[in-house]
Amino acid sequence: MSNVTIENLDIRLSGVSIISQLNLSVQSGEFLVLLGPSGCGKSTLLHSIAGLIDVSDGRLEIGGTDVTWADPKDRGIGMVFQSYALYPTMTVEKNLSFGPRIAGVAKAEIARRVERAASMLHLTELLGRKPAQLSGGQRQRVAIGRALVREAGVFLFDEPLSNLDAKLRSELRRELKQLHQQLGATMIYVTHDQVEAMTLATRIAVMKAGQIQQIDTPAAVYARPVNMFVAGFLGAPSMNFIEGRIECVNGAAHFVSPTLLLDVSSYPFANPPQNNLPSVLGVRPEHITLAPPGTDRAGHATVSLVEPMGANQVVWLDAQGVSLAVDADAQFVAPPDRKIAFAIAPAQVSLFDLQSQMRL
Amino acid sequence: MSASAIKAPNRRSARPRFSPARLGVYALLVSAAVFFLLPLYVMVTTSLKPMDEIRLGQLFAFPLHPTFAPWIEAWSTACTGLECRGIQVGFWNSVKIAVPSTIASIFLGALNGYALSFWRVKWAAPLFGVLMFGAFVPYQVMMYPLVRTLATVGLFGTLPGIVLIHTVFGMPVMTLLFRNYYASVPVELFKAARIDGGGFWRIFLQLMLPMSLPIIAVAVIMQMTNIWNDFLLGLVFAGRENLPMTVQLNNVINTTTGERLYNVNMASTILTSLLPLTVYLISGRWFVRGIAAGAVKG
Repeated sequence: MSNVTIENLDIRLSGVSIISQLNLSVQSGEFLVLLGPSGCGKSTLLHSIAGLIDVSDGRLEIGGTDVTWADPKDRGIGMVFQSYALYPTMTVEKNLSFGPRIAGVAKAEIARRVERAASMLHLTELLGRKPAQLSGGQRQRVAIGRALVREAGVFLFDEPLSNLDAKLRSELRRELKQLHQQLGATMIYVTHDQVEAMTLATRIAVMKAGQIQQIDTPAAVYARPVNMFVAGFLGAPSMNFIEGRIECVNGAAHFVSPTLLLDVSSYPFANPPQNNLPSVLGVRPEHITLAPPGTDRAGHATVSLVEPMGANQVVWLDAQGVSLAVDADAQFVAPPDRKIAFAIAPAQVSLFDLQSQMRL
Repeated sequence: MSASAIKAPNRRSARPRFSPARLGVYALLVSAAVFFLLPLYVMVTTSLKPMDEIRLGQLFAFPLHPTFAPWIEAWSTACTGLECRGIQVGFWNSVKIAVPSTIASIFLGALNGYALSFWRVKWAAPLFGVLMFGAFVPYQVMMYPLVRTLATVGLFGTLPGIVLIHTVFGMPVMTLLFRNYYASVPVELFKAARIDGGGFWRIFLQLMLPMSLPIIAVAVIMQMTNIWNDFLLGLVFAGRENLPMTVQLNNVINTTTGERLYNVNMASTILTSLLPLTVYLISGRWFVRGIAAGAVKG
């Protein structure tokens, strides 16, 4: 177990700045997920922690030691890649023991570590096989095992589940979470899958264009996104955005738009808003409730599309040109083209400045 | 196998097996095969005929009294100039030249390809460009400078000298071959090995070389046949003692005392071309597979 500290990190690849002035501190035993769209620099950041990409400037500490210029093998890390990267000519057993064998660990100790990793990951029967004789899920388990036997202080995962099918992915995701609970090791995990991020992370760092937009617990990032990018990236279907203005009516702040009027006086504004400030209201699909038309509600809309999900359904509304997704009960009957009323819980909305896209 | 063979006529009844177009294709293929096999046929039959039969001048006739005497003579007593120890001397010389040259050029080519693909070497791209340029410069241009160079370092006309020459001339193509093969290996494999603590040589020897077997098979076939078939380099650089089989064959054929021994000449020629011929016949399938393995991204 080690902590990781990154200070003023700069990375440029063939003249293009990928990451600039990045600071990040990962606590010991934490499961940190780097989340972002492809090309946001999250993999580059992970590879630079691993020492596979040279940094241009800044400082990198693992477990209190400066490893900015250390060789990958000297950083006390284990890494798992998206494409498994197993050594094709070696058996599972040799794959697992390759690292310790190079490091000159005693034979008995290697056997003990391999044994332990294999039993943790249900690989004991597969030790004699070659990677080509394994399924995708088994291959990724071997890759995780290879990181385990290194008994590293920090585990790095580079989209490890992206090559697996949906069922295996959720299975292995659970196993990973269990593994983290068992080992209590520090893990840094790169993904573009927000479900993985939400389920696995102790903290999520949402990245865009080489910069960390927000770093917080999954619940906080989900409930109080700092800007519209983070708000839109997490959640499926993603957060609904409605453009409008903040108006003060009798001293109480209201969000006013052609679609709806909402009393937001209870909203915890960071700074008291100016009157008539152009802003965006963000509301998650599960925080909109539907009711028959005519009821005294925040707004009215027409049902445009229904997506049944089994446990629930996503009802798409057309509210005066604004498309809204609503997470509704599976029993709720909402035929397309039906007029419908909806309400929004003011306690759970997010408000953003239209200009800066930052949370108000 | 047998079940499908029985069912096949029923399934294919819609498409006749011998349409006129098919017949045309077969006719073309058969005549092409005959055309290319005819010289081989003439060589084999002539080599098995005693000189009496050859004097009759019936080139395509089957030998009436087949004999292996010309083969034995070609192998062990035919004259290559002043010496009369047969073409076997050349055979062993060729083995001594081809085996180390093949191993050395493949090892170095693989090493180059590996370094160029995975390690970010400074000036790698221009270096590779120069190497490729070297592949297209005709031998003859470099011949004289090379003779002078080797003579200066005392390697001219020696076995190590000719091995060095073959290794150097094989490098560009071998490097290209292995570089392209390693380009299809996912770079994450290399990164994983780096994290596991592998250095330059360990990753090469324990990971990359064992993975390269298909392309090594291709390289062995290419180098073995190329070096075996070489005449010019062997003639110039090998020296009197190490003349390869091709040069000895030429000497056998050009050494005439009285009558031209066509049967011995034919036997010598077949013996000389036997190795490349066998290599191609046995390994043709691997050759195609290896080339394809390099072309398709894994």
